[in-house]
Amino acid sequence: MAEFIDLVLLGMLAITALGVIILKDLFAVVMLFGIYSFLSALIFVNLDAVDVAFTEAAVGAGISTVLMLGTLALTGRKEKVGSHTSWLPLVVVVITGGALIYGTLDMPAFGDPNNPIHQHVAPRYIEESPKEVGLPNMVTSVLASYRAFDTLGETAVVFAAAIGVLSLLGLPKPDRRAVESGLKSHLVLRVVAKLIIPLTILFALYVQFHGDYGPGGGFQAGVIAAAAVILYALVFGLPLATHVVQPTWLKVLAALGVLIYAGTGVASLFLGGSFLDYNVLASDPVAGQHIGIIVIELGVGITVFAAMLSIFYAFAGQAEGKNIQ
Amino acid sequence: MILETISTILLLLGAFFGLTGAIGLFKFPDFFTRVHAASVTDSIAAILIISGLILRTDFDLVAAKLLFILIFLLLTSPTASHALAKSARHGGLLSLAETRANNQEASSTKEGNN
Repeated sequence: MAEFIDLVLLGMLAITALGVIILKDLFAVVMLFGIYSFLSALIFVNLDAVDVAFTEAAVGAGISTVLMLGTLALTGRKEKVGSHTSWLPLVVVVITGGALIYGTLDMPAFGDPNNPIHQHVAPRYIEESPKEVGLPNMVTSVLASYRAFDTLGETAVVFAAAIGVLSLLGLPKPDRRAVESGLKSHLVLRVVAKLIIPLTILFALYVQFHGDYGPGGGFQAGVIAAAAVILYALVFGLPLATHVVQPTWLKVLAALGVLIYAGTGVASLFLGGSFLDYNVLASDPVAGQHIGIIVIELGVGITVFAAMLSIFYAFAGQAEGKNIQ
Repeated sequence: MILETISTILLLLGAFFGLTGAIGLFKFPDFFTRVHAASVTDSIAAILIISGLILRTDFDLVAAKLLFILIFLLLTSPTASHALAKSARHGGLLSLAETRANNQEASSTKEGNN
């Protein structure tokens, strides 16, 4: 049954991808990208990878769609028709695809428990992490403790992406002129947004601090909190949103998150452990692990929130400037 | 046992409404009727399926979480449909009846000119 669901979902994924290639209306393509992300999230759920599914749904379907729509507001919604022939790229793609399929023939059988991936470090994580880290959600143990260095890299990538966008587009300046948002007249939207936004922020905090016990963590929480502020900006207008969460704070927050993360590593160095070895943070190694994971997840959450929101501000500020002119 | 039967009926009904919503989305003639079909999937199908699922839990934390999801969906889905229809209206899209009336008016003025 699970395989049948997998096949149906993968088939829909392929159809969606074809739709993205064929359609020329970029607005529809962005929506298809959202559907693509939701389908991937469903496949991950079917594979029992709820943490990954959660991230895919929050980042891929949620924030990316909004950011791509923000880009479309700047560029226009029709794809330019290319004049060159598409034969050479097709040949290259077919040959590469054939080589990749040929390569998969050497791979071990799908789902075989004796595969190297199930024999390498996974058994150690499964057997030792309840004793060494003691978190019910093993994914968080691996992500935040065993693979803390990789996660630091990921956080730095998000931070770098925000720096890249901001150095190209710049943040909007908070001005006191109230530019009327197009949605100001939508009474229903405003009432429901006022109901939803506090709940969304509450849920983000839950995801942030419950990540040790259930699916969730800093990445998802940061994205959900950013989505709450983006909803506020969409309904009540960008100038009001930049008053509530000021762009200058966001710059500080984005750097602060990475600083908290790397600072935890440096602190563990000073206390006599190796970089990001949380055992030394408290007298009891397991308690030290808990402190370390909560602190670095907080750092991840702060950086992701600030990075996503400042990228949105940058795009929305440009679009608004274009409208005023 | 009784709960399970009720739950099965609710789930099947929910699936039925989801399916009719999807068919309506394809078959209905214009934007507003299609939004109507899609919002049926969002509201009644979600209510039926989630209440069917709640009846299958042990009425513990899982049921509470499902209830929260249901409340959230009931807040957001009709709002999304409303916003969609209202912005289409704002953008100048006419309903099917209005388009027909306009066409008739246009053709009758044409005949009057002749």
